[in-house]
Amino acid sequence: MATELNAVRVQTEDFSVPSEYALIAGDNSDGAVVTFVGKVRDFNDGSVVTDLTLEHYPGMTEAVLNQIAVEARERWPLNNVTIIHRVGTMALGEQIVFIGVTSAHRKAAFAACEFLIDFLKTKAPFWKLEAGDKGANWVEAKDADEQAAKMWVKE
Amino acid sequence: MINVLFFAQVRELLGQSALAVEASESTVTAEDLRAQLAAKDDKWGKVLAADKLLVAVNQTISSWDTPVEDGDEVAFFPPVTGG
Repeated sequence: MATELNAVRVQTEDFSVPSEYALIAGDNSDGAVVTFVGKVRDFNDGSVVTDLTLEHYPGMTEAVLNQIAVEARERWPLNNVTIIHRVGTMALGEQIVFIGVTSAHRKAAFAACEFLIDFLKTKAPFWKLEAGDKGANWVEAKDADEQAAKMWVKE
Repeated sequence: MINVLFFAQVRELLGQSALAVEASESTVTAEDLRAQLAAKDDKWGKVLAADKLLVAVNQTISSWDTPVEDGDEVAFFPPVTGG
């Protein structure tokens, strides 16, 4: 039985990939489960990064993530969609974002997962402040991210 | 009153996260509100003149000619960098 479900969460606490997988992968009509995890890496533009602080726009963030999930569902036959994004300060190696998508077939699940992260990076009101050996700096938006999101815009 | 919010670098550079602005007859669009705030002093002018500044009216990213009126929530912020 398909249980159409968009789960969107913005939270400070960490998430468990096995738990999130179990929540979306229980339906045996879904042959494909694609998940993506973004984590804090130790470099950006050649500088050492020691931790990362994520700020967001409460209220608007949740609405945008829900809208992105709805758009993904309009494009591909999906069953479960989960988007979790953390805010606050995260240490090196910590998980920042989780996207989980299930579908009957892999192509839809892969494409939807990529669409979700591309759109999230350019449309959802989150901002990264990186701390490192050169002090704290706000991360600049990348044109490459904007181009990636534009690829999905229908002509 | 218009409830104005600032995020990320914009919040940090201005030193505040929110401001209540009395809507005047000349405050018709998001651009009018931006210009009104930018006229406060040099610092505000510089921060709110940023060519990549974005505006959200009532929690939707909007164009600069979007109407604003009493009771609206208007947020100014830089391009987003989550994920």
